[in-house]
Amino acid sequence: MNIVLSIFMLFGLAALAPFVNQRFPKISGWLLSIVPAGLFVWFLSKIPAVVQGLPIAESYPWLAAMGINFSFKLDGLSLVFALLITGIGALILIYAGYYMRSYQKTNRFFGYLVFFMASMLGLVTASDWILLFMFWEFTSVSSFVLIGFKHEKSAAREAALQALLITGLGGLALLAGLIMMSLPYGNFSFDAVINTPELFLESKLFIPATILILIGAFTKSAIFPFHFWLPGAMQAPSPVSAFLHSATMVKAGIYLLARLHPVMESQELWIYTLSVFGVVTMFVGAWFALAQQDLKKILAYTTVSALGTLVLLIGTSTAYSITAALVFLLVHAFYKATLFMMAGNIEKKTGTRDIRKLGQLSRFMPVATVISLLALLSMSGIPPMIGFIGKELMYEAKLTAPEAGNFILIMGFLANAFTVFVSFRFAYEVFWGKSVSFEKPPHEPDISLLTGPAVLVLISLVLGIFPNQVADLLGPAFQAILPGEQLIKLKLWHGFNEILLLSFLTVLLGIVMFAFRRKIIRLVSYMNLNFFNAKLSQKFFSGIDVFLSLTKKKTAVVQHGYHRFYLMTIFISAGLLLLLTTNAIDFSVDFSWHQSPLNYLVILAAIMIVAGSVAVITAKSRLLALIATGFVGIGITIIFVIYSGVDLAITMVMVETLTVVIGAMVVYHLPKYLDYSGVGSRIRDGIVAVFFGGVMSYLALHTSSPEGIDKISAYFAANSYTKAFGENIVNVILVDFRALDTLGEIVVLALAAIGIVSLLKLNAHKKSSR
Amino acid sequence: MKTEILKIAAAHLKPFLLVLSLVVLYRGHNEPGGGFIAGLMAGMAYVIYAGAFGVNQAKQLLLAKPLFFMGLGITLAIFSGTIGLMNGADNFLTGVWTSISFGNYDLKLGTPLLFDLGVYFTVAGMLVKVIFSVMEEDA
Repeated sequence: MNIVLSIFMLFGLAALAPFVNQRFPKISGWLLSIVPAGLFVWFLSKIPAVVQGLPIAESYPWLAAMGINFSFKLDGLSLVFALLITGIGALILIYAGYYMRSYQKTNRFFGYLVFFMASMLGLVTASDWILLFMFWEFTSVSSFVLIGFKHEKSAAREAALQALLITGLGGLALLAGLIMMSLPYGNFSFDAVINTPELFLESKLFIPATILILIGAFTKSAIFPFHFWLPGAMQAPSPVSAFLHSATMVKAGIYLLARLHPVMESQELWIYTLSVFGVVTMFVGAWFALAQQDLKKILAYTTVSALGTLVLLIGTSTAYSITAALVFLLVHAFYKATLFMMAGNIEKKTGTRDIRKLGQLSRFMPVATVISLLALLSMSGIPPMIGFIGKELMYEAKLTAPEAGNFILIMGFLANAFTVFVSFRFAYEVFWGKSVSFEKPPHEPDISLLTGPAVLVLISLVLGIFPNQVADLLGPAFQAILPGEQLIKLKLWHGFNEILLLSFLTVLLGIVMFAFRRKIIRLVSYMNLNFFNAKLSQKFFSGIDVFLSLTKKKTAVVQHGYHRFYLMTIFISAGLLLLLTTNAIDFSVDFSWHQSPLNYLVILAAIMIVAGSVAVITAKSRLLALIATGFVGIGITIIFVIYSGVDLAITMVMVETLTVVIGAMVVYHLPKYLDYSGVGSRIRDGIVAVFFGGVMSYLALHTSSPEGIDKISAYFAANSYTKAFGENIVNVILVDFRALDTLGEIVVLALAAIGIVSLLKLNAHKKSSR
Repeated sequence: MKTEILKIAAAHLKPFLLVLSLVVLYRGHNEPGGGFIAGLMAGMAYVIYAGAFGVNQAKQLLLAKPLFFMGLGITLAIFSGTIGLMNGADNFLTGVWTSISFGNYDLKLGTPLLFDLGVYFTVAGMLVKVIFSVMEEDA
């Protein structure tokens, strides 16, 4: 058992999942969760080794010549993420097995979900930048299909496209950034950059590379101003929101930042960018969560806020802040996955997620109420949940922040208070509050729907009371982010100090806000509508529209649809490029006549060719011109025969014949020449023709001159029989020495044929529909 | 265009051209010939037939759809390249040789021939596919 195998097991499971669901629809969730649960246990068993500072590394050559390898490494940071992915993944599968029953085409859903799980596991264990990028893109694609799972709904399609475009754009930026970063090293391994960061930090490309990498991380982790795709992604079914859009995929950006932090921690650009964007996102997310009415939207905006907090904490770069980041990472994954699953449960049992249409659910589903309440306590940072420890550490980190501590502290305080308000509102309005009449009375969600949330909440509770159980695990992760410092000891009770006071004030402000909730929501909605109505999502789509219309205009210029101009473009550019190339290399041409024996047959052929050419130009009908072209071709064939290019001659005869035959079929349908081209365009065409013909003749003369490039043909001549056992050099070149070129050519032939046929079919279709 | 002379000629030319195309394919390694030319010849056998009897009738004589032959050709070409790899060569498309004896005559076979067979099928398939489509458009 090793890392690669674990990833491939999941990819294999992804391929099998549709069939498992097809065969055992009732228990597919439980069955499918066996593999990730087993992997979770395997990863757990690796904790001792990793704690002792013995990370597990594997490497297989991939594109070794380019310094790209299939290498994986399981260190502390990777292990934390791997445990989250497999552990929560198993719980989500159990949940989804029941949740997705009301949906159509669920077979593929499980395939997508497990595929995502495999990609995400690959992302956090890869130790090669290109490999990481590959898995990064896999997760974007699986996110796309999962958000758009209800593809009959246009809103789902739009949200999926938006998420794909934004994370795809970020992915491209990331790729460029990673390549720039790895240039000084000549390979793409993590170790190169992490062990000798100076090479990168002092390279010219440091600033552009850093910015591009940050764009990649920020788009993936929904950091302001790219945050808007995440609330849109709530179109996905709830298991997807719980897994991809709260616990795992959106943390990929955070993972990348944490991974690169030891390289970048000394750089102001890095520290300031993370801090500023982190603070802004933290506040903006919490603010927009205030007045939302859709349960999943509320959770989505608090997720944005949490992601901002994580970026800020990494950017603060102290022992406290990194400890806080790691703890909060776990805390958030636990409570947010729970709450998303509960939101899904509520929607399933009542038919709505609108907080205004819900109420009094504690009477119908007491177990679900308890689970949700505990998760909301963790989200508000109230003891004894682990969320409390997370928040205490955050305050500690902000108090001890090296710069702008006060500003960060105030923003963090407000964001936390908003989160408390949101949690209270969620709890009160949904489980108590007004009594609502439901069409059919809701009842307790089924056991499969409650297992995942219950397990996660229990972990939050136990870890809140015994926090040092995770210290072993977080220690090595801490070392990976901030080597040289120590993880802060975790405890529930810190004594009476200013941090406890801050926590108390946060909750107090949240409760006060809750008391005035109607006014606050009205005020916030009013402000959102009038001042903060940025409509980023719409702007994004109108930007896409502008881009599309620009590309249409560009296409209209370059792809004008006139065959003669395409040919002219090809001839002119090919001719110029060839001339440029001959200038660049040592190029000589011998204009003397002694090259080959000249006889009357050659002269005859030459006359044929010239006569044919003149006939083509002066022909009064297309058919005549076509036949004259064939005449030219036969003349050339004769020359090939004379100079013993028999293969070429045979091919030429066939191609010429076919050209004339196919041409005749086409010409038959064309109208007669109605107007001839004018003198001006004839002169223009003539110049192009003479130019290109001249260039080609010049090249031909070169190949036959004594100093020409005959070294390669001498090699072929010498080795054709000895190495490739063939006497026909042309054929040996085609099928052996240069077989790869030929393979490419036959693929092109096949593609061209498919292209021609589809054009013809399209035309036929148009005719019949007319 | 459908004259009796053409019909009789096409009917007799078709098997002749097909056999000839195989000969040209095999001899290509040492003498003029090869997959490309042979493929064109094989394709032409059917094109001439279609010219005499119509596309529909010619289609019925094909063993499989032209698209299948194109795919088969490319697959064969790629497969021929992997044989060398499986025999321990470092590079894709490395040649491997063998020969089968029939009494005094050795039939030499090698992956380049298999590759050329791939070219043959692709070219023949392409020719038939394109020209038949154009002819159908005419009809």
